[in-house]
Amino acid sequence: MAGKTLYDKLWDAHVVHTDANGTALLYIDRHLVHEVTSPQAFGGLQLAGRQPWRRDSMIAMPDHNTPTTPGFTEIDDPVSRLQVETLDDNAHRYTLRYFPIGDPRRGIVHVVGPEQGATLPGMTVVCGDSHTSTHGAFAALAFGIGTSEVEHVMATQCLIQKKSKTMQVCVEGEIGPGLTAKDMVLAIIGRIGAAGGTGYAIEFAGEAIRALSMEGRMTVCNMAIEAGARSGMIAVDETTIAYLQNRAFAPSGDLWPRAVAAWRELHSDPDAVFDRVVTLDAATIKPQVTWGTSPEMVAAVDERIPDPARELDPIKRSGMEKALQYMGLQPNTPITDIPLDRVFIGSCTNGRIEDLRAAAAVIQGRTVASSLKQALVVPGSGLVKRQAETEGLDRVFKQAGFEWREPGCSMCLAMNADRLLPGEHCAATSNRNFEGRQGQGGRTHLVSPAMAAAAAIAGHFVDVRTF
Amino acid sequence: MKVFNQLKGLVVPLDRANIDTDAIIPKQFLKSIKRTGFGGNLFDAWRYLDHGEPGMACAKRPLNPDFSLNQPRYEGASILLARENFGCGSSREHAVWALDEYGIRCVIAPSFADIFFTNSFKSGLLPVVLDTHIVDQLFHEVEATSGYRLIVDLHAQTVTTPDGAAFPFDVDEFRKQCLLNGWDDIGLTLRHADEIRAYEIRRREEAPWLFA
Ligand code: SF4
Repeated sequence: MAGKTLYDKLWDAHVVHTDANGTALLYIDRHLVHEVTSPQAFGGLQLAGRQPWRRDSMIAMPDHNTPTTPGFTEIDDPVSRLQVETLDDNAHRYTLRYFPIGDPRRGIVHVVGPEQGATLPGMTVVCGDSHTSTHGAFAALAFGIGTSEVEHVMATQCLIQKKSKTMQVCVEGEIGPGLTAKDMVLAIIGRIGAAGGTGYAIEFAGEAIRALSMEGRMTVCNMAIEAGARSGMIAVDETTIAYLQNRAFAPSGDLWPRAVAAWRELHSDPDAVFDRVVTLDAATIKPQVTWGTSPEMVAAVDERIPDPARELDPIKRSGMEKALQYMGLQPNTPITDIPLDRVFIGSCTNGRIEDLRAAAAVIQGRTVASSLKQALVVPGSGLVKRQAETEGLDRVFKQAGFEWREPGCSMCLAMNADRLLPGEHCAATSNRNFEGRQGQGGRTHLVSPAMAAAAAIAGHFVDVRTF
Repeated sequence: MKVFNQLKGLVVPLDRANIDTDAIIPKQFLKSIKRTGFGGNLFDAWRYLDHGEPGMACAKRPLNPDFSLNQPRYEGASILLARENFGCGSSREHAVWALDEYGIRCVIAPSFADIFFTNSFKSGLLPVVLDTHIVDQLFHEVEATSGYRLIVDLHAQTVTTPDGAAFPFDVDEFRKQCLLNGWDDIGLTLRHADEIRAYEIRRREEAPWLFA
């Protein structure tokens, strides 16, 4: 019999019950909660007279609606404020672990979970948020769920699941200087498509993946969902273990060596068989920039916007035409000629300390182009912000003309006051370039933090390798 | 859970691939803490010519006449026909609630994003996967025929066209039974409460750090 994939191991360890047609009850170890997708779930729980099954599995914080203005004390928008207050109330009612506004640990749930050591190898991690795939970087089975499933996990600590197919995405070789995990994952999505991973759990492997820091691995797994895969994961190695040591929720004392020994098993067996294998050569990856309204609409910075007239598939062609019309762009335009209005550095994809360091390194001693209306840095969490300030990165950003903000989702989805105006182009380090994602009529170009930083200085996209 | 059995409904085409949940229900409407009130804002940015914000009276807003859902011939549609990767992006179940409240009970597409697919069943909205070429054929027929209706039969697992052609579709047996019977899946899971507790006791021994 063939060996097990990492996904098989994680799955098998969490099955509570399987019925005749393969539908399983899967036990959930960690449940992250934010204000947007939880109120109706708490409401349902209350309506049915049920209690949370295991409160200590839950960690809650507001992130999507929270303002990022320095020193804010209140949310101006009454609808947003009510949503955050509802989470305050529910956290209080059910005595949950809670990082409210004002708590220095608060931030984007996918940045805070790993940072606190609340995400551990071998766990099942869920959240009412599609980017829960981020946590797979720790060899966890982590995936986003809808509000009904949020309620299901609260009430039963389980989810009803069918096993996914498995895909291994192997990035072999070494990535070039100036290139990052973001370029890698955008190149992967460009290759397999926005629906390429549908129905699969993706394991990222290969030399270039192993060479990444935990921050980089989180960036890659974060965007597994943009390739259609509900979960992405990476095997445990020394990098994983070193990252977790001494984190607040991580095991300590006698438990630490026991846990580490168990974690070392969390990799695919050498003879494991995947349903699909995709291999990329890291050396061929260049800085990536999206030009359209799906993350699969991506090109290298030295390329031109593709011409729909040359696309043979009629559905794809019409998709490209609609995208270019929305983006206000012409086919065959060099990527470096795309005009820019704003730059956003942040989000659960690229709002961690390493991302801010990479951006600051490019910016150091330079100034934001006068043609830009705004350049924004939003740290992923309070602790990332504090760390960056300790290192003096905030000064680098501010001196260059960037705004330095409080942590949260911010302009990644524009539920708070940070947003694009209709027609504006933004270089963003987030994960989605959908129509209206950063504000109605706004036009998003996804890039790495270093590329966003360089674009802010130049006022248009430039190849960060020669900048 | 809402029951879904058989549906004979008017079909509205939405000829785009990769329709994401941000498009189905834009983020400004997710600030609501309720499960209802989303139908008027379904496809808000495509459906209206102005910029929608929570609390606006949708009946008074200018409609985009080019958007299929606004065309009189599709008024009252309960089946949405779309292209591949429908419902990609954010996990927001509000997308399903908005479709349901608008009156859509079934979406037919060549493929769906996983989270949207799972969410649909929870509100009694049936996602039906048909082959790309069949979906293509349905797009041609619906555009050519006014008042085009399909019969979606969950029990028989078929989609039947007005001229009697029946296309079979797959559906997971457990989900099918939940929809046919309107079962509450939390209730079903809690029948296994003893097994869940036994699992927890064993895991606490094996890996106590998971319970911190
Ligand atoms: S940063 Fe963006 S993608 Fe991440 S959780 Fe917040 S809104 Fe979602």
